[in-house]
Amino acid sequence: MAVRVQEEDFDPTTELEALSVGRDDIGALVSFTGLVRGGDVSEMVLEHYPGMTEKALEEIEEEARKRWSLQGVTIIHRVGPLAPGARIVFVATASRHRAVAFEAAEFLMDFLKTRAPFWKKESTADGARWVDARETDDTAAARWALE
Amino acid sequence: MKLLYFAWLRERIGVGSEEVSPPQGVDTVGALIEWLKTREPRYEAAFAQTAAIKVAVDQEQTDFDASIVGAREVALFPPVTGG
Repeated sequence: MAVRVQEEDFDPTTELEALSVGRDDIGALVSFTGLVRGGDVSEMVLEHYPGMTEKALEEIEEEARKRWSLQGVTIIHRVGPLAPGARIVFVATASRHRAVAFEAAEFLMDFLKTRAPFWKKESTADGARWVDARETDDTAAARWALE
Repeated sequence: MKLLYFAWLRERIGVGSEEVSPPQGVDTVGALIEWLKTREPRYEAAFAQTAAIKVAVDQEQTDFDASIVGAREVALFPPVTGG
């Protein structure tokens, strides 16, 4: 499946391999892996809206496929408790040429950050806090509407 | 109708989901929130700052003017922070 929401970890190498194995129509594979930043954060818990999350991610994939000619798309988002350094999110795009793969991967991340129903709660020495939405993420997503 | 709450909204209200039967005339998301606020202080506290609240009706994101007539599921939550 192109879109997955799961508690388990994933292996970026395996995921990239799966996108391109046995094909000769792909010239570019681009991937992004998001990790839990450490610092004062001892743990992060990812909450989501089961049912809607998958639907939202599928819509984001569909939107990307409408805008660019893509040979493959993978979106994986983890949920539940995650330690610093753990992988949270993975997007990969396969296309004939690199410009399209880079652009589409960035689009997927920008849209995922502002449209998919996930919420992060960080634990620190001072207690737990819900992460605030960032205006810069909205700005990053908004630029795709102008094109 | 099933109501779902997520993240700090869920914590402030104290439940993740509940079944409600809004009275006649409560037919938009905005009206639903106003009605919830009259039920108990915890709702009033949770919905004090509605500018920070997002909504999905039957799993589609929408706004406070959206109709809830015939909706099966209404979810209320803070801005998303995934990725």
